[in-house]
Amino acid sequence: MNEILAAFWHALGLLAGGDPELLEIVGLTLRVSLTAVALAAALALPLGGALALFRFPGRGALVVLLNALMGLPPVVVGLGVYLLLSRSGPLGGLGLLFTPTGMIVAQVVLVLPIVAALARQVVEDLWVEYEEQLRSLGAGPGRALWTLLWDGRHSLFTAVLAGFGRASAEVGAVLIVGGNIAHVTRVMTTAIALETSRGDLALALGLGMVLVTLSVAVNGAAFFLRDWSRLRHG
Amino acid sequence: MGEERNDMVETALEPAPTFRLEEARHAILPLVLRGVCFEADGQRLIDGLSFQLRAGPRTMVLGPNGSGKSLTLRLCHGLLDPSAGTLGWHGSEGEGVPGDQGGNGGAAQVRARQAMVFQRPVLLRRSVLDNVTYALSLRRNAKVSREMIRIRAQQALERTGLAELAHRQARVLSGGEQQRLALARAWATEPEVLFLDEPTANLDPAASRAVEGIIAAIHAGGTKIVMTTHDLGQARRMADEVLFMHRGRLLEAAPADSFFNAPHSPEARAFLAGELLW
Repeated sequence: MNEILAAFWHALGLLAGGDPELLEIVGLTLRVSLTAVALAAALALPLGGALALFRFPGRGALVVLLNALMGLPPVVVGLGVYLLLSRSGPLGGLGLLFTPTGMIVAQVVLVLPIVAALARQVVEDLWVEYEEQLRSLGAGPGRALWTLLWDGRHSLFTAVLAGFGRASAEVGAVLIVGGNIAHVTRVMTTAIALETSRGDLALALGLGMVLVTLSVAVNGAAFFLRDWSRLRHG
Repeated sequence: MGEERNDMVETALEPAPTFRLEEARHAILPLVLRGVCFEADGQRLIDGLSFQLRAGPRTMVLGPNGSGKSLTLRLCHGLLDPSAGTLGWHGSEGEGVPGDQGGNGGAAQVRARQAMVFQRPVLLRRSVLDNVTYALSLRRNAKVSREMIRIRAQQALERTGLAELAHRQARVLSGGEQQRLALARAWATEPEVLFLDEPTANLDPAASRAVEGIIAAIHAGGTKIVMTTHDLGQARRMADEVLFMHRGRLLEAAPADSFFNAPHSPEARAFLAGELLW
């Protein structure tokens, strides 16, 4: 018990003192996950919206697939991207394995289905309300898509935050694709796993606290944003 | 929410703006329906509608709940396609209804000359002014600048008494203000035909009067009014001619005077006496 308490105080010390190793790891985590979420959102929001508005053969299957992919196990994604990026894989020539860019690729694959599936739901619900009015005003399907994405912006932002939550919390994909190399591809979750197994509880606990704070902050922000938007935009 | 303003009727009578969004405008009226039917889930909801909508008189579509008034408006406006029969604008009978494809010339042009106001207006999550400019930007041609669109939208807001609310969020307006904004949005596009589906059903008497005043002003500007209502008092105030529907069929098409004073069908007599509920 004392040992854990000591580790806890040490962890607080690392946080308060701005330990360079800890800051480096937090920085890389944010860089990788934020980039991945931004890229995934840029692809997933129009994709989800299009899936909500357009009727085409195979649409139902695609929606089911997308919903199923929301629960994709990160290790499996990691394995898949590893095979793609490994030297003998189809994209091996790019040399992205064990780099932050490779980790971003893996997290895009992980986050995209979540944001797209949630976006489809949001846009589909809005379309029920807006369809007659937008058609009456003469908005074509393309214009309607952007209008609905804009009018659903607050719900969609929550969807993107959910994607960020998944990206920053997963271990499996970044561990396999990144390799947890110190100063290169070590992020918070992989560092926690490693330091815990090595017995450096202080760093693991410190990183854990940052991760939890981040997740609470993100969810809090999502909650207050929804509230604020309901008040302001109706 | 915000209080209703009652100076609409005065502001509404200001002259219409002098410039136009499109250059060449050919009339799309009359609209001729021949044997139009509409079915959903194997049920015939609209049965053999034949009538003509001419430019000029305000047409009130009357009938009890479930008589098909709203469906008729949606068929005319092109939001629904008839399952049988034809619906043609300006003699172009048989060419079908303008669909929702904004791309192909003719249908899109016909659509751009109409507007519709719904019972519950759907306003976009943006400012009052932006709701109007959105509608205008959908039909502008390349020669019309953003600045002209903004001026035109501002004028529409002034004519409906909403100028002071231009920069408020549309979704937080009161019910009456929202409906006036829906009217302003429709009016700004200078439609040749304006369809209104129970535009005052959710409003209190003061807000209803304001809406009636705006509709009168739009009509005075040369727009054909086609409107459904279940409010007989409103129908008497506003109708020039009446289409009376019952269970998906058109039972009477008559000038307002003769419909209200001497209805032919027993259903219409019962409806006017307040005895026909569906």
